[in-house]
Amino acid sequence: MSASASASVSRASTASRTRIKDNTTVGRVILRGAFYLLLFVIAVYTLFPFYWAVRSSITPDSELFKTPISYWPTHPTFDNYAAVLSQGQFLTALKNSVIVSTTVTALSLLIGSVTAYAIGRLKFRGRTPILYLVLGMTIFPGAAILPALFQLVRAVHLYNTLTALVFAYTVFTLPFTVWVLQSFFKALPGELEEAAYVDGATPFQTFIQVLLPLATPALVTTGLLAFIGAWNELLFAVSLTQTPDKRTVTSAITSFQGKTTSGFDIPWGQLMAATVIITIPLVVLTLIFQRRILAGLTAGAVKG
Amino acid sequence: MAVNAARNTAQVGTGLPQEQTRHRSRLEQSQAKLAWIMLLPTLLALALVAFYPLLSTFFYSLTNARLASNRPTRFIGLQNFQDLLSDTDFVHSIGTTVRFTLITVVFEFLLGMIVALVINSNFKGRGAMRAIMLVPWAIPTAVSTQMWKWMYNQVYGVFNDLLVTRTHFLSSPVAWVAQANTSLPAICAVDIWKTTPFVALLLLAGLQVVPSEVYEAARVDGASAVRQFFAITLPLLRPAIVVTLIFRTLDALRVFDVIYVMFGGRADTQSMVIYNQRTITEFSQLGYGSAVSVAVFLIIGVFVVIYATVLKVDQQS
Repeated sequence: MSASASASVSRASTASRTRIKDNTTVGRVILRGAFYLLLFVIAVYTLFPFYWAVRSSITPDSELFKTPISYWPTHPTFDNYAAVLSQGQFLTALKNSVIVSTTVTALSLLIGSVTAYAIGRLKFRGRTPILYLVLGMTIFPGAAILPALFQLVRAVHLYNTLTALVFAYTVFTLPFTVWVLQSFFKALPGELEEAAYVDGATPFQTFIQVLLPLATPALVTTGLLAFIGAWNELLFAVSLTQTPDKRTVTSAITSFQGKTTSGFDIPWGQLMAATVIITIPLVVLTLIFQRRILAGLTAGAVKG
Repeated sequence: MAVNAARNTAQVGTGLPQEQTRHRSRLEQSQAKLAWIMLLPTLLALALVAFYPLLSTFFYSLTNARLASNRPTRFIGLQNFQDLLSDTDFVHSIGTTVRFTLITVVFEFLLGMIVALVINSNFKGRGAMRAIMLVPWAIPTAVSTQMWKWMYNQVYGVFNDLLVTRTHFLSSPVAWVAQANTSLPAICAVDIWKTTPFVALLLLAGLQVVPSEVYEAARVDGASAVRQFFAITLPLLRPAIVVTLIFRTLDALRVFDVIYVMFGGRADTQSMVIYNQRTITEFSQLGYGSAVSVAVFLIIGVFVVIYATVLKVDQQS
């Protein structure tokens, strides 16, 4: 094909492409507009309840309990936050949640990574049944053991303690942690250990010094999910504890009490301030680690 | 153990095949030993806090045990289960849970699919959009339920303001939470709001695995967008869809938080798990409550079996 012929062909194809574009420009603009409208609707749908909580938390009671309601706080105030944070019970609940969630995260990473290494990397009989056992546990309904767990916790005098919550949460996060970590360990190349063994390392040393450092991303992911899981749990929190001083944030928010300046039953302004306070750490964590969390969730869901 | 390993490696150094095999089997033996040691903490924890309670729940379900009671515990066979069948509160809670599950799973799946398809196309701010969508999933259900409960408020809530005062879409304010005919949709809406973005993200992960060449080929062949969706996207997305549906169904059947926070222990809107929890913590009925637990366990099991059967038949055809 000569140079001029190929040039004319390309010119012709450009021309026809332009024509097609001309015909559909209007349609394309409409489609594009509809697309962005849809995006906007999705964003508003997702974010509006948060906006409403923030808006209500900084609106003074005199404005909050007035109709017609205003969509923008005209006299923003932090009184509700001050009231919530001066309330001993809410601070205690925050402290309890931090203690319980961090302990659960640490325990489930410690125990989970060891078990995951054994399942993912070591050869032993009974590997497959144990793997299925762990997998089965991830869909295990917590309610199925509530009566006996309740009884057990009372029998060993752990009823109404944070320790009881730590035990229960750790056991319910462990299967997921083990599952994600073992699939991560399994995917690492075998040469790593061979090299360590040749250098005279024991399997346990290999685990601590070679594999565990490599697993940091997976540990961060599963750790975050364990933390969020423990922070958000409600069923055991309201069943295994009783007194206000043992409440976690979720049970505190469920039976939220306070005084309103205008004498309403539920101090919605303060309640919304409390929800915002509980939500902020999670929103920050989620936004920073969104890629990792997503990777962990899809790994758990797709392979699980 | 370190000494042992050092000796083992020394043997590798001699390089004799026979010794190497012996060394290998010894290494395997020590590996197996180590494996069980490493498994021990998890197995112990599961045994103590999961299997033991599970077994004793089954055991208690056959007795008339009560918490903190001096009455001697007696073995009463299947009496508890017989009583369950005529327990209108429990039967009602099954109905509520199943309706909740059907409504939320269907809506979350359909809306989640639409959102996933929208997010899957190329546009500026896609990363931000994905981050935003994780947020409702990350915050506690107890918290989001309180946020919605305030929006549902009959007098000062934003829904009645929008629908009655601003748009006159409704003639009078609705007591969304209190009214019997709106209370189930009200909790479903919270769950759908919380979980749709999450379902969308799971489906999105599946969508991104589909190679773009497949779509290009279809476009060349003149297939319409709708046709492409049903002929390409849906079949290739099947594994992701199946996993998502199973997980969502099992989750929805265990619903507790959203209903507990929205209604407390109101009898007409209890879920199975709420009823279960109350028999224990409020009424101290260890035996009867255990029977409820076993029933809940079996009902969820039935759903698992249904899914498994449907999938098997599906795979064979």
